[in-house]
Amino acid sequence: MDNNAIINTTDNSNWRELKSKLFLGIVILLSCITISPILLILYELISKGIKQINPDFFFKVAPDTLQAMTAVRNGEILPGGIANGISGTLLMVALAALIAIPVSIVIGIFLYENQGKKYANLIRTLTDILQGVPSVVLGLISYIWIVQGVTKGFSALAGSVALAIMMLPLIIRSTEETMKMLPISIKEAAAALGVPYHKIILKVMIPSGFSGLMTGILLSISRVIGETAPLMLTTLGSTAINLNIKKPTSAVPLQIWEFYNNPNMIDLVWSSSLFLLGFVLTLNIIAKRISLRYN
Amino acid sequence: MKSEKITKLILLIASVIILLIFSGMAWSMVKGAIPAFGKFGFFGFIFSTEWNPTEDHEVYGAMPFIAGTLITSLLALIICFPLSFSTSLFIAEYFRKKRIAVVLGTLVDLLAGVPSIVYGLWGFYTIRPLIASLGFEGQGFGIFTSGLILAIMIIPYATSISNEIISMVPNELKEAAYSLGATRLEVITSVIIPNSRSGLVAGYILALGRALGETMAVTMLIGNANIIPKGLFSPGNSMASVIANQFGEADGLKLSALIAIGLLLFAVTALVNATGKMIIRKFA
Repeated sequence: MDNNAIINTTDNSNWRELKSKLFLGIVILLSCITISPILLILYELISKGIKQINPDFFFKVAPDTLQAMTAVRNGEILPGGIANGISGTLLMVALAALIAIPVSIVIGIFLYENQGKKYANLIRTLTDILQGVPSVVLGLISYIWIVQGVTKGFSALAGSVALAIMMLPLIIRSTEETMKMLPISIKEAAAALGVPYHKIILKVMIPSGFSGLMTGILLSISRVIGETAPLMLTTLGSTAINLNIKKPTSAVPLQIWEFYNNPNMIDLVWSSSLFLLGFVLTLNIIAKRISLRYN
Repeated sequence: MKSEKITKLILLIASVIILLIFSGMAWSMVKGAIPAFGKFGFFGFIFSTEWNPTEDHEVYGAMPFIAGTLITSLLALIICFPLSFSTSLFIAEYFRKKRIAVVLGTLVDLLAGVPSIVYGLWGFYTIRPLIASLGFEGQGFGIFTSGLILAIMIIPYATSISNEIISMVPNELKEAAYSLGATRLEVITSVIIPNSRSGLVAGYILALGRALGETMAVTMLIGNANIIPKGLFSPGNSMASVIANQFGEADGLKLSALIAIGLLLFAVTALVNATGKMIIRKFA
């Protein structure tokens, strides 16, 4: 190639091409290394966890140590399941969503309506910083606020508050981004027809951005559903199904932690991790589907 | 008109909730940390390397955990960089908009969905025995194992930001370089990297922020030794992980010390994240 000779007379153009090809080879190799963990993790969870997945796994509470020991000694699969964890996770995530969703959608709309203003920028920055606060710190906060201050003991409510604070920034920012993508003309059309401001928000903006809001909500739920550390500090865990928000409650990630610390229950670690990961990934896929259809 | 004012007022009041949460968090943690800071002094607490919860001889210092957190997170960043940067080049440059790039991108996104505790399990049962078989002391627990798992955990965050930044480099610049006879590699080193440098830096700063606060996976792999790590394969402990695994038996001064560590962690991650976001905002 003549051009090569012009810009680079000292260097051999074949060598430069070779270097470029070599680099591409390295990029492909490193990219393969990057994605190998997710494949290895999925393989390990499925191959070790699938044998414990049966109806009992979903509808019975965790076995006690004696039952587990007997089953291990007889070489049977472990009896019982993670019903106390599943019910606790559903309870706490539902409560967290109930707290976080309305507040964050309203704050998201506030940020959208006040673009470029100093106070709104401050709120946006604080929201971003809140998103980066480690979950274990939010667990500490909820311990101080709710466990010590409100329920005077470990409780599902405390876990929900920690999860809700985690969800807030995610939904706020996704609401703002969704609103920015809506054509401004639909808002103006409604205003021109004399629709009051609150009805524009409730009847025009939120319904038109519904799928965007839904995506943000589902992604935020999938982010918090696997959280373990804040729940260790706030809800403690429970061996029975508990639906009282003022009492200690179990959750799937908490149960994984308990199984992990009990050598007899090791088989349940894999099946409950498989269940948890399956749940998170399903939520992610649904969220992606919704946002694809929306775009 | 009156209803419009009321609506605006409601929006404003909602936004105050963020201020309240933020100042409430700072206030509660400072209040909770005061006994520990009062007893050992602010700097005394930060720089002391002793952690002894024995009754009547209680001494608490944060240095082992600060060191553990910083070393594991920086190690994670170093391991993460070549992997996520290559993946970004794959997705946003070499195979841009091709099917294979979409597949790769989806798989990297899946990494972000894996809960921390599952990474911990995988690290414990798969990576730790591998490291142990290399012949280092401590059964494979320690700084290196945690750093490696942390690196995998922050890859999706670093990659998704670098993807965006790299795909924002104007095509005309790249085409101009090609027309001068540059090879693909030369375009990357002399056009793409210089044009996306600050955005990439911000991406890795934000990924660092993630690594600093990771709890469960680190707790399961770092060895939970309350000492300043002596080497790459030495056990240690991190700020997030000491909170998680000492919290159960904590009250009084010990609880205060753990809250103080939480406060430091909060301050550090807030600073790191604010810096990252600031650079990104200037860049965009």
